[in-house]
Amino acid sequence: MDDNNTALAVENLATYFFLEEGVAKAVDGISFKVKKGRTFARVGESGCGKSVTALSIMRLIPDPPGRIVAGKIVFDGTDLLVLDEKQMRHVRGNKIAMIFQEPMTSLNPVYTVGSQIVEAVKLHQGKSDSKAWSDAVRMLERVGIADPARRAREYPHQMSGGMRQRVMIAMAVSCKPDVLIADEPTTALDVTIQAQILDLLDELQAQNNMSILLITHDLGVVAERGDDIAVMYASKIVEKAESGPFFAEPVHPYSQGLLKSLPQLNLSPKRLSTIAGTVPEPLHFPTGCKFHPRCSTGRNDKRCQTTEPQLRNVGHGRQVACWHAPGYETNEERAEYESKYGKRQ
Amino acid sequence: MENANNYLLRVDDLKTYFAIKKGLLRRTVGFVKAVDGVSFRICPGQTLGLVGESGCGKTTVARTIVRLVPATSGRIVFEDTDVLSADKSQLRKVRRNISLIFQDPAGSLNPRMTVGNIVGDPLRVLEKITGSELADRVAILLTKVGLAADHINRYPHEFSGGQRQRIGIARALALEPKLVICDEPVSALDVSIQSQILNLLKDLQEEFGLTYLFIAHDLAVVKFSCDVVAVMYMGKIVEQADDKELYGNPLHPYTRALMSAIPHVDPSLRGKRTALGGEVPSAFEPPKGCPFHTRCPLAEAKCSEQMPPFEKKSDHQDHFVACWKANGK
Repeated sequence: MDDNNTALAVENLATYFFLEEGVAKAVDGISFKVKKGRTFARVGESGCGKSVTALSIMRLIPDPPGRIVAGKIVFDGTDLLVLDEKQMRHVRGNKIAMIFQEPMTSLNPVYTVGSQIVEAVKLHQGKSDSKAWSDAVRMLERVGIADPARRAREYPHQMSGGMRQRVMIAMAVSCKPDVLIADEPTTALDVTIQAQILDLLDELQAQNNMSILLITHDLGVVAERGDDIAVMYASKIVEKAESGPFFAEPVHPYSQGLLKSLPQLNLSPKRLSTIAGTVPEPLHFPTGCKFHPRCSTGRNDKRCQTTEPQLRNVGHGRQVACWHAPGYETNEERAEYESKYGKRQ
Repeated sequence: MENANNYLLRVDDLKTYFAIKKGLLRRTVGFVKAVDGVSFRICPGQTLGLVGESGCGKTTVARTIVRLVPATSGRIVFEDTDVLSADKSQLRKVRRNISLIFQDPAGSLNPRMTVGNIVGDPLRVLEKITGSELADRVAILLTKVGLAADHINRYPHEFSGGQRQRIGIARALALEPKLVICDEPVSALDVSIQSQILNLLKDLQEEFGLTYLFIAHDLAVVKFSCDVVAVMYMGKIVEQADDKELYGNPLHPYTRALMSAIPHVDPSLRGKRTALGGEVPSAFEPPKGCPFHTRCPLAEAKCSEQMPPFEKKSDHQDHFVACWKANGK
């Protein structure tokens, strides 16, 4: 195995929420590896479990009602899920840091931004007050905030959205983490600011050989910034590949549908292609392949309706979970299918 | 040229300022010029797109048109009515012909009302339709927007985001308006749902001959939906042209920067990025001259002194731009 190359490995992670109405399987058995110095992008629509995965890695799932019921999260040779809270605190924010979608709600409004960065630096690196403060100012400068010494004494509400997100990034990278989890880092920002923030992340990544786990719903962002891609649908990864091959030829019908439904600047179609139906909720997942009710092939296929396909290698470093993907089905499975349901075209 | 009376909506030099009050006596210490001299026209059946980043005044334009916020100066003519000087009954007539679709479908539907009441209320209140006739009208509206007629007794929380937006659209169409203002109608929706709603809006436009004022920040969405596109920056329209011309031949450096900042799925579309430094200046203290000069790669001395006129700078008819440096062949 190329474990020297892996910064973070998630194996068979399952996070459930135990609610009055039933058990919501927000993340249900997903595995992936974030490689050193690379950006692993996870795409999916709301409620597919993207953010819950991130929170599971940080061990920030509110318990109750949530609980990580199975799996391993291996970082630096240890399974984060067996650490106690004190050990975990050493990892969180220090080795693995996270930036969130809404910088206003994740910064504390009653402290200056400088003191919020200082807190992280002091806690993890045991630096003195004055040293930590000068570190904080330097971090603000590095993320492109003009006049950092003055800005460090300002409060979050005095800053624009783009600037707040820079502060979040400064705070997250202040301890030089090995892995940065960026959960929709630019969704709340305007496009011109989005480009600046993504460039900044690229730059910091190159300087520190940092790995980024990028969580987003924006396929454009993924296509430009992701090295490896996993598409999530209804708590599972349905396709995983390197960025180039993925965008050249997506295999899972959901990935294909997503890409086709995007309005493009260079095309003027009369209508957009769509994916019928809506994203299912965790409490009411369909049986079989969770995508089958929205899939033009799977909708009428008995096996898709009853048996859930698991993620499998289909060659060229690509993994996919779809009975109809080329190279997915084994000969035995095909024979079994045909004996049960009759011959396929 | 078209006859002036052919426009469904004319907006001339519209200004909407918000006073900033400070101190014990609430003295006005300045103004935020949210909309600062905006002019456009919409022909019946057309879709005008208003694009720009947050805080540029797009939504304030929409709110001023239906007089949800008072205009400071300018003229708004809807059909033959001068909206800004309209009396109560004229205003009511204007408002029933203009309806709004909002960004956040959850926040704009009353959680305590059934879908039937939400969609039927405009009909009940303004057209005095009741009983089974009302139920029939609502059922027709719901099926038109892709919901089922038996959703009528359900509550908004029972629906997904995309379905809620459909409810909002059904409500907007209840009174058969002439103009529909769509304020970021799809930005809160998932990608796979976004395309469904955009198609629906187009279908409804064809079926009912609707006119749209389409407000969005996503240039690709606007490109798909609109015939004419106006780009706003800090309360001003900086460029306007029909969609083919604007996307094929953008002249204003801000429009170009916006376009180049969009992340593309298709690698062949990724041109070199015009990196735009800095941020949108504070609306409280807008820069002198062209508001964009603080971030503009082409800016020179003149730009920081005088606001450029909004004029034709391309061979193409109806392509207007406000920039000293723009040069359209």
